[in-house]
Amino acid sequence: MIKILKKYENSIYSLTAILLAFLVGAVLIHLSGFSVIKAYSTLFDGAFGSVFNLTQTFMNTIPLIFTGLAVAIGFKSGLFNIGGEGQMYLGAFTTAITAIYLGFLPGYILIPIALIMGGFAGSAWSFLPGYLKAKTGAHEVVTTIMMNYIGILTASYLLLKYFKEEGPIPQTVLIPESARLPELIEYSRLTWAIFIAVFVIIIIDIFFKRTKLGYKIQTVGENRSAAEYAGINSNKMMVLSMMISGFVAGLAGSTIVMGVLHRFITNFSPGYGFTGIAVAVLGKNKPWGVLFAAILFGALQTGGITMQLFAKIPMDLMVIIQGLVILFVAAPILIKKLLRK
Amino acid sequence: MNIIEFKGITKKFGDFIANDKIDLTIKKGEIHCLLGENGAGKTTLMNNLFGLYNPEEGEIFLREKPCKIDNPHKAIELGLGMIHQHFMLIDRLTTTENIIVGEEPLKNGLVDMKKAREQVKQISDNYHLAVKTNEKIENISVGEQQRVEILKVLYRKAEILIFDEPTAVLTPQEVNNLFTTLRELKAGGKTIIFITHKLEETMNISDRVTVLRKGKVIGTVNTCDTSPKELARMMVGREVLLNVNKEKSDVGDNVLEVKDISLTGKHKNLLLKNINISIRKGEIVGIAGVSGNGQLELEECIAGLRKVTSGKIILDSEDITHAPTGIRRKRGLSHIPSDRLKRGLVPSYSLAKNIILGNQDSFTKNGFLLQNDINKYCKEVLEKFDVRCQSMNDTANNLSGGNQQKLVIGRELSTDPKFILAAQPTRGVDVGAIEFIHNNILEMRKQNKAILLISAELEELLSLADRILVIYEGEIVSKKNNYTKEELGLLMAGKKVPEEEKKELENRIQND
Amino acid sequence: MQEILEVIFNINTFSAAIRISVPLVFAAIGGVFSERAGIINLGLEGMLLTGAFAGVLGSYLTGNPYIGILFAIMGGALIGFIFALFTIKFEANHVVAGVGLNILMLGITTWLMQILWDSRGTSVNVTGLSEITIPILSSIPILGKLFGSHNILAYLMFIVVIFSWIILFKTPFGLRLRVVGEYQKAADTLGIKIRKIQYTSLIFSGVLCGLGGAYLSLGHLNWFSMNMSAGRGYMALAANIFGGWNPLGAFGASYLFAYTDALQMRMQALNLNVPNEIIQMIPYILTILVLAGAMIRSRPPAGLGKHYKTNR
Ligand SMILES: Nc1ncnc2c1ncn2[C@@H]1O[C@H](COP(=O)(O)OP(=O)(O)O)[C@@H](O)[C@H]1O
Ligand SMILES: [Mg+2]
Repeated sequence: MIKILKKYENSIYSLTAILLAFLVGAVLIHLSGFSVIKAYSTLFDGAFGSVFNLTQTFMNTIPLIFTGLAVAIGFKSGLFNIGGEGQMYLGAFTTAITAIYLGFLPGYILIPIALIMGGFAGSAWSFLPGYLKAKTGAHEVVTTIMMNYIGILTASYLLLKYFKEEGPIPQTVLIPESARLPELIEYSRLTWAIFIAVFVIIIIDIFFKRTKLGYKIQTVGENRSAAEYAGINSNKMMVLSMMISGFVAGLAGSTIVMGVLHRFITNFSPGYGFTGIAVAVLGKNKPWGVLFAAILFGALQTGGITMQLFAKIPMDLMVIIQGLVILFVAAPILIKKLLRK
Repeated sequence: MNIIEFKGITKKFGDFIANDKIDLTIKKGEIHCLLGENGAGKTTLMNNLFGLYNPEEGEIFLREKPCKIDNPHKAIELGLGMIHQHFMLIDRLTTTENIIVGEEPLKNGLVDMKKAREQVKQISDNYHLAVKTNEKIENISVGEQQRVEILKVLYRKAEILIFDEPTAVLTPQEVNNLFTTLRELKAGGKTIIFITHKLEETMNISDRVTVLRKGKVIGTVNTCDTSPKELARMMVGREVLLNVNKEKSDVGDNVLEVKDISLTGKHKNLLLKNINISIRKGEIVGIAGVSGNGQLELEECIAGLRKVTSGKIILDSEDITHAPTGIRRKRGLSHIPSDRLKRGLVPSYSLAKNIILGNQDSFTKNGFLLQNDINKYCKEVLEKFDVRCQSMNDTANNLSGGNQQKLVIGRELSTDPKFILAAQPTRGVDVGAIEFIHNNILEMRKQNKAILLISAELEELLSLADRILVIYEGEIVSKKNNYTKEELGLLMAGKKVPEEEKKELENRIQND
Repeated sequence: MQEILEVIFNINTFSAAIRISVPLVFAAIGGVFSERAGIINLGLEGMLLTGAFAGVLGSYLTGNPYIGILFAIMGGALIGFIFALFTIKFEANHVVAGVGLNILMLGITTWLMQILWDSRGTSVNVTGLSEITIPILSSIPILGKLFGSHNILAYLMFIVVIFSWIILFKTPFGLRLRVVGEYQKAADTLGIKIRKIQYTSLIFSGVLCGLGGAYLSLGHLNWFSMNMSAGRGYMALAANIFGGWNPLGAFGASYLFAYTDALQMRMQALNLNVPNEIIQMIPYILTILVLAGAMIRSRPPAGLGKHYKTNR
């Protein structure tokens, strides 16, 4: 019995942390003069209440899978990549440009190329923080945040200067049909991107469980001295894991462009990069854990909008719950104390 | 008067009982030795007294009154002072700052550094504990650091001084100075509790001895009524004869050659000076020295964890001076690191994952780990080296210290290496495990491996090594096949060997 | 070229930089106190945001910006305390907890803004802090331009810089604080009350950020807007590192950042050939460069980021 509890210890802590976050959220809703029941029921309804809502939830889940995985991959080598937002922007931008300029190619060639280019753009953006951390010890949290600002500014500069569509809105022209990911359900904007996301989860899972490179990266994260003792080049592994992390974050942008927006628009993200942090922390940096956490936060995002529209309750509640989840999951001792009572 | 009385003190860590119903009486003005092997519970008992731990059961009487000492602050107020096994000093602060912090002399609400230095100077003069009052800790010697620790305690006007294994880091010369200080303190009316696992020191300095074993008090005796032999029996629980069967082995070609390597530190100080070592097949070469004389640096340089400033390292006739660790391992280096928790293991990894650490490339195909091979190999090593565990999916941090060490040693000896770098292979493990480890190292010698044994334990070196080099302040000061313990002790302290012997020694070094 | 040089050496750029530097300096010194006590403080961002919001709230409720400052101090102290609770008592990873706190405070301030003022973008206008002109000083040519006329928080900043330095390096509390940050166990064995010191410094850190935040909202603009701190907390952390975990250094580093920011804004106004986006990047690029360079040279407190469990 105790053994079984031990095995699920982590899941129990995470669930308690989520519950606690919702509880604190409820107190806030109540204090602000709203009905807690109404808030949470519209939230739930908005996320899961109909097939359409479900598709919207999954549509929001997909980028979170990528950004969450990105943060988790960084964590595996002991690095905290908060630069997902910037890496995603660069990925989205590069994918859009690739798709537009190589539009003459057939879809089955164009789609992989555009995806990979988006990933590489993300990698390029995460390389520098990884390199600086390895070489000089500059804290990756600060450098990745700075890279976010620089990345978003770079993307909009390039857009405005070279690629802007005629008209008032800062956006590119539409990408060709051949570069768009097919929809699963018509008009739902839920596309094959979900398969790409699950595929990446499987790859990353295998990568860390079964491959030598994954083993090396993880060893660096768990105990850098032991890694060096074992002949593992820890600097190289840190840079590499940052680049893989950036690649995956870049894919978040690529799939949004190819599946949802069909073009690059400035300020397209409601903070997927940052929500990815909560996703990774809640998913305990495990690929399948990230999937479940991404669904939860995808649902919150979708439901939050419904809640704002129909119950007139600010959707920033979702941001609050994200913050609380991160704090509570980071502090298992608090949860332990609460559970013991 | 009984200045301290422990009555039935029990301290547990989880299920593990570190102190088991300890009864112990300390008399005012005596030097009382606490003797026991590593892990016997000596430090834990003193931490209970000093308020760092709260015991689960029992009472402590101070000056014949029951006292609840629940934090160090209170202990200090009650006149207790502790010199810890690992120094509690801040490298970047000066000696004076380290001494006064917590009880700073004030002037207009600010720290009065001038007065502080004067006070420190005064106490240091009184007790002949010379320290530079305005120097940072990182720039002074280990011996001086210890004097700072003692001054910290005296500055707080302690009446009862606890020394936790103070001699472990000192040269014999410094030990003598320390003993002089202890006698002076005693003459000044202080009470001293002296923790050690060394019998000679106990006989030399103490009035009474209490022996601890596996968390229990075995007995208290007057030093003048006992003998080292009796104490040893009390300490270990059986007759101890560190008897290693060393067979002759055929020494072959040179496997490792360290040629004239030097290493300079951050502040341009020489950490290693022109070190030459050569080790042949089937030979164990020992490095003796008081810890902190360059052993760690030498270990790191040979393992490729640190770059040498000059000189060459040759392994199996290939120059590996600039090769990274991974390449060195592939060429046949095995490494039992001196700090197993920091380097030798990934505590959160399973035993199976730990068993391929450093050897990960041999268990992969097309970049994938060969899980079945790993498991099979892991099982073999665990069995052969008697690593006690529930399963190989256990994480390494669930093993006891001795088993962790066996895991590391087992892993490093199972890779069919050409050269084994064994640094402090028995540090902190119990007697049974020590024997096991020694036998395994000798087995490697029989299999014609070249072995460099870096150790702080003289007995270990004398019984295992074919030749011993003595390192002092980063320099090999002597190399010889046979030493007496006394000789080694002197050399390790940086003392010269009498003149004639020295000549003979030089001859031998040249012939070497 | 001539134009750029004029902007670079223009006294107005320097005096604008003082204004921009105030929130950075407060937060950076908050970072100094926290990190010297061994706690990595990425929560500076959230603390700044809290201060900015609380300041506006206080002024909104009472019409008095000075009570706004009081609110900001209390808000900062509260968040500092909560951060201490998580990082010390609940042993959360400092970095993760800091990021969590920032996201939480972004959510809470935006939420409350909508509850109170029914707007997601900016709050209503409130009474801001007025400038105080120092009679004689303000008439001295260069000094007058730089220091002659500021609001109370800017003057307070200079006092805080000097007093923080004295507290940290000259008082018993400062000495103990530094010992705690280097090696908690050593401090413990000396009978120093480590928890009391850590909580005090984190609360102080929060108070300083509160003041910095209040300057952002009450000193600059007279309103609060969503995510008003805009990464300044992270820059402040970098300034703290660049400044060698020293209040004077943190001031210097913050001023350097502020100066590039001032320069950036003025250069945008020049209509140079360089695009605005590129100019806007300058402070961020500088932060990265400075951080990378500073980390090589300086050594953080040895106990930074570590948890110490007492066995009592
Ligand atoms: N903080 C701790 N947590 C868990 N186990 C401990 C702790 N401190 C000591 N121990 C264990 O208690 C035993 C006694 O340790 P210690 O008192 O340090 O021994 P000694 O000082 O006699 O060498 C050892 O087995 C050690 O592993
Ligand atoms: Mg001990």
